[in-house]
Amino acid sequence: MSAELLKVRNGRAFARADVPAIPVDEWRRAILARVAEGDRLVALFGTDGGEQGVQLWAVLAADRAGVLRLGTTTIGTTEGGGYLSLTPECPQAHLFERELFELWGVRPNGHPWLKPVRFVAPRRGEGVAGKVGVMDFYRVEGEEIHEVAVGPVHAGVIEPGHFRFQCHGEVVFHLEISLGYQHRGVERAIVEDAGKRRIHYVETLAGDTTIGHASAYCHLVEALSGDRVPPRALVLRAIALELERLANHTGDLGALANDVAFLPTASYCGRLRGDFLNLTAAVCGNRFGRGLVRAGGVGFDVDDALAADMVQRLDAAMSDVESAVRLLWSSASVLARFENTGRVTTETAAALGLVGVAARASGLDRDVRLDHPWGFYRLHKIPVSTLPSGDVFARAYVRWAEIRRSAQFARELLRSLPRGASRVAHGPLAKERVCVSLVEGWRGEICHVGATDEQGRLAVYKVIDPSFHNWSGLAMALRDQQISDFPLCNKSFDLSYCGFDL
Amino acid sequence: MSTVDTALHVALTLVAPPMLLGVVNKTKAAFAGRVGPPLLQPYYDLARLSRKGMVFSSTTTWVFVAGPVVALVTTLAAAVLVPFGARGAALSFAGDMILFAYLFGLGRFFTVAAALDTGSAFEGMGGAREATFSVLAEPALFLGLMVLVRLSGTSSLSTMLGPGLAHHWGVMGASLVMVVASFVVVLLVESSRVPFDDPNTHLELTMIHEVMVLDHSGPLFGVVLYGAAMKLFVLGALVVRLVLPMDTAHAWSDWGLFALGMIGLSIGIGVVESVMARLRMRQVPNLLVGACLLSAFGIVLLAR
Repeated sequence: MSAELLKVRNGRAFARADVPAIPVDEWRRAILARVAEGDRLVALFGTDGGEQGVQLWAVLAADRAGVLRLGTTTIGTTEGGGYLSLTPECPQAHLFERELFELWGVRPNGHPWLKPVRFVAPRRGEGVAGKVGVMDFYRVEGEEIHEVAVGPVHAGVIEPGHFRFQCHGEVVFHLEISLGYQHRGVERAIVEDAGKRRIHYVETLAGDTTIGHASAYCHLVEALSGDRVPPRALVLRAIALELERLANHTGDLGALANDVAFLPTASYCGRLRGDFLNLTAAVCGNRFGRGLVRAGGVGFDVDDALAADMVQRLDAAMSDVESAVRLLWSSASVLARFENTGRVTTETAAALGLVGVAARASGLDRDVRLDHPWGFYRLHKIPVSTLPSGDVFARAYVRWAEIRRSAQFARELLRSLPRGASRVAHGPLAKERVCVSLVEGWRGEICHVGATDEQGRLAVYKVIDPSFHNWSGLAMALRDQQISDFPLCNKSFDLSYCGFDL
Repeated sequence: MSTVDTALHVALTLVAPPMLLGVVNKTKAAFAGRVGPPLLQPYYDLARLSRKGMVFSSTTTWVFVAGPVVALVTTLAAAVLVPFGARGAALSFAGDMILFAYLFGLGRFFTVAAALDTGSAFEGMGGAREATFSVLAEPALFLGLMVLVRLSGTSSLSTMLGPGLAHHWGVMGASLVMVVASFVVVLLVESSRVPFDDPNTHLELTMIHEVMVLDHSGPLFGVVLYGAAMKLFVLGALVVRLVLPMDTAHAWSDWGLFALGMIGLSIGIGVVESVMARLRMRQVPNLLVGACLLSAFGIVLLAR
């Protein structure tokens, strides 16, 4: 019988004393038991445990039940210490455990792939930061094997990341992805800051997910301080989040078309992405929604005239998107490129713990908006869009299905904005409280975990961007694929580098 | 073939090629609902590149410089052998079609060698792709030329594409249709256009031709672009003459017809690039084998 983990709900604060602190063996068994029951590992991270060593936190999600489970353990960091790694039995823990080892020196014994994650200096002890990208890459040896290294400087204007391919002719045997070039130390800055800059750090954590991350942060601090956020603000946040999804999904479909040199959709979707961004700008003056989501509510209200205008512009943009995207599905040459490219099976996706579009395109029915609803999503549901094939086509088509559902959702909310205030004063954080805040950003599940100390200061802050889960999915999608299809696969995941690097 | 025709032939070869790219880009822009770059943009690009400095990787040798230069010179030499419209080529002799085909082969050899000279994984990959695809494009071109040789009874491009061509269309149209289709495929492959290659992509891993010239810069890169445009022009002239076999018996209208044909061809390429996606790389050889078979069936039809 393994130890009980604490059951909590998304976005609800609870006392820090309630979090079970259990011996590491039991903690490990409890996690594995939950994962065997079908739970997902949402977060696994360390915090400074003072003299006793490092406190390890694990957050698991039971999606069907809408429950999160939390448990901690403390482990010394003495020489020869560590614990038995979870990864061999639970592959979704592999990157989390690498991060634990890099940041806190906690060695997961038996971890098969214990390499650096972001090449940063450990938070405890003497260690120094490694040189980013310098590590022992996996190599395939053989007469006809060749290695291709791409990045960190790319031909396009994109973020830096290093990709190492082991190829046999045009076929990829293995792809190893090495990131960390964008590491800024956001988590630490959030904790160290007195409070005013935090929202800005969060908004620029991954620039294209401003609303997503800001929402996760605000729901968290509001829960910690017990703010009663007015419904109007929750609705406006939901609209902003769906507009962000619309803009990015539309841009992605255009970019996918561009990668297969299919001109019409590429050009139109590029413009239409701008139309959706401009809708956000109409509310708050910034195309990415900076300044919109604020603790206690929203920074900008929408009056009736603007709401009516937004519905009209949304309808116009959607009818253009409809015709631009229909071209994609009716062109045999496009479908020939999308179908059966970069396949991730349902089993692989589940084992890796993929989230968001990538998971749903592999037939996994997971969507935080439905499984762990927060804010206005508790009242108004969006159906989940899934497809079982796991290829580029599925990832594109799931985006398309979500575009239509998000537009419908945003339209309905804009037509029935609740009356009342759109912001309340954000109170001080309560002492010794913990909160896990999940938000379904356009890429997938965004997880923020925060805890306050005995003075009511934010002492723990952990961010897990959906990209953290999904980069491994991209690496697996490339197995036995043509190397020339890499850019297309990469675009179909469209992951964030800075969201990963933090 | 008068002196004026010869002068015009050479002048067109030197000046006109970038214009084709301008027309292609305008067509694509029109399909995308954009204004697009000016028609003369390829010329501006060449002018800009000619003013720039060059960067050479320390691993490269003279081969790296020879690549683009030889590719340009061989294309120029091939251009002299191809008749532009009804007016014949500047130079012709028995068997010049073999020289024509292998001038491209020589140019390609040096382009690939220059790519390998950099020692970059990308360029090696591009070189391998180029070599693989040209192995299949060459027989398609050759078998197509064999049809023309058999029809005209000569092995000189000017004669086989000369005044008798219109007559051959009447007699053996089916064979010629197949040859035209096969040559269009060869043209698109050799000039790295959609659906075989994407001249606009920035994605190194998907490139064929572009990836081989990643390390070239400044004027040398200008030579690469100019050479590529000229290749499109020369192969395009071959297709245009096949499709428009008319002989108006008047020099200026012949030249006009040729010019219209070339513009039409560029628009056609632009349309193809606008309405279809690129092929998956492993399917490119299939289509090239298809082109070979088309040409081969052209011969079979003649031999019946």
